Amino acid sequence: MKNFEISGNKDTRSGFGQGLLEAGQKNDNIVALCADLTGSLQMQHFQGAYPDRFIQAGISEANMMSMAAGLATGGKIPFTGTFANFSTGRVYDQIRQSIAYSHKNVKICASHAGLTLGEDGATHQILEDLGLMKMLPGMTVINPCDYNQTKAATLAIAAFDGPCYLRFGRPKWPVFTPEDQTLEIGKALMLNEGKDVTIFATGHLVWKAIEAGHILAEKGIDVEIINIHTIKPLDKEAILDSARKTRCVVTAEEHQMNGGLGDSVAQVLALNLPTPMEMVAVNDSFGESGTPAQLMAKYHIDTPDVVAAVERAMARKV
Amino acid sequence: MEIFEVMGKTQAMANTEELKTIATQVRRDIVRMVHAVSSGHPGGSLGCADYFTALFFNIMKHDPSNFTMKAKDQDVFYLSNGHISPVYYSVLARNGYFPVSELSSFRKLNTRLQGHPATHEGLEGIRVATGSLGQGFSVAVGHAKQKKMDGDDGLVYVVTGDGELQEGQIWEAAMFAPHNKLDNMIVAVDFNNAQIDGSTMDIMGFDELGNKFAAFGWEVLYMDGNDMDDILKTNAEAKAKLGNGKPIVIIMKTEMGQGVDYMMGSHAWHGKAPNDELLEKALNQLPETHLGDY
Repeated sequence: MKNFEISGNKDTRSGFGQGLLEAGQKNDNIVALCADLTGSLQMQHFQGAYPDRFIQAGISEANMMSMAAGLATGGKIPFTGTFANFSTGRVYDQIRQSIAYSHKNVKICASHAGLTLGEDGATHQILEDLGLMKMLPGMTVINPCDYNQTKAATLAIAAFDGPCYLRFGRPKWPVFTPEDQTLEIGKALMLNEGKDVTIFATGHLVWKAIEAGHILAEKGIDVEIINIHTIKPLDKEAILDSARKTRCVVTAEEHQMNGGLGDSVAQVLALNLPTPMEMVAVNDSFGESGTPAQLMAKYHIDTPDVVAAVERAMARKV
Repeated sequence: MEIFEVMGKTQAMANTEELKTIATQVRRDIVRMVHAVSSGHPGGSLGCADYFTALFFNIMKHDPSNFTMKAKDQDVFYLSNGHISPVYYSVLARNGYFPVSELSSFRKLNTRLQGHPATHEGLEGIRVATGSLGQGFSVAVGHAKQKKMDGDDGLVYVVTGDGELQEGQIWEAAMFAPHNKLDNMIVAVDFNNAQIDGSTMDIMGFDELGNKFAAFGWEVLYMDGNDMDDILKTNAEAKAKLGNGKPIVIIMKTEMGQGVDYMMGSHAWHGKAPNDELLEKALNQLPETHLGDY
């Protein structure tokens, strides 16, 4: 099992803030809209550098999403910023009609996703956003794993023509991917080659998969770990190639089991290469208040849960 | 017709009499379109036929032969209450955005003329999908903001329904536009006092609607949306008030079903198509013009 050097602990939302600033430097057409959460989204860097291209939408998310569609119609590349809950569930119809169906070049940037939002509790811990977004025809859905990758993802969606959903979070999280990476949308990343089992992980759970990989290596299990930063379009080839090799797979994500990465991978495998599979995800439940670490443990999306899922998957291997 | 220049091209601008003739032809198109597929929304479409005709054939600065999403330095139009698509499609076609013959495909399989306006099939003249009420207004506000940011002198015209004002999103946009001094917008509220379940005033009425917009920071005008002279006069007044830091709303009184007697004075024809017999009755009241049926 490969060793991944941690260069620090940073929140992925800060990677977005830095990426947005750099994207803004590269392209004058980029504008940013925020619904009264500028600091939470780390959009103050862009706002400070380009005050005339920053639009304070107030606490009016529905209007913000549809306005973004109008700005895109006028040739701008709008980035909207609010919590993941208010970026998706609250404005689903606005996204569906004004943005996705109308194919507007809007970048929906969503912070504080999942349980790792922590103490604010279930009202704000959306665990359904990836599912909501991936169901929309033509929507690109990206869930990067650390600060550096979130920054790269922000630059990638800025250069991509079409509606995108970018998900990131609040907690400080190990930074282990390269600082100067370029993110290729739709291309899964091989993190560790192995032969016994594959873990397909996304977002914060990529690091948990790496931790699990080390524990499993000590038990003599050779784990392949693949970072699925793009939920849609899904890298089917990478999934099938790996499953063909290891013959059992585990998915890991900070999301409901229904509608998440696990669902997407299961669909690919069921249609093409039925393979024993286990899922690490929240099982049909809302979250609650607590620290991120406590919540990940309680809702079974922590390192030991990934280890246990791998062992179950391997036991089912034929 | 008076001729004026837009984007280096000449554009015909219809006078009042010509506008009335076009509006009659548009009304024929509307009832024929909804009759052909036994579905669609004739009531609001007929009520707005005069205003749509005036906008596209006289008031707006636009180039039907060269449609672009952005419409740099041109005026743009957004229909927020997308269900009155028949009037929108008829006026766009009659104005040259797409062939008039295409009106016969309305609501049929593989058409570009979807039940509610959409961009998905690439129909010229449509900039966003509308129909889920409240959204088109916000999209228009976004486009108005872009034009302000880029120093583009094109204007943004919007039509919303009065029932549509019950959507909360409308008032989010209504707060944003004056706060951001979007004085390049003219929004017409189709005040026909009718929605699916009955009279708008009964369902969730708007006492002092103008004052509500004024309190949000809008410049408010009133107009008879079925009187061509008043439409042209009020729009001239509206244009004169632009650029003063306030967006403009026109409370436009219309009669649902205007031009077809049995559809007027009731909300019954909001979303119902006439049968063969009633179509004939409607067409007898709307004599064919020199423009000809599609």
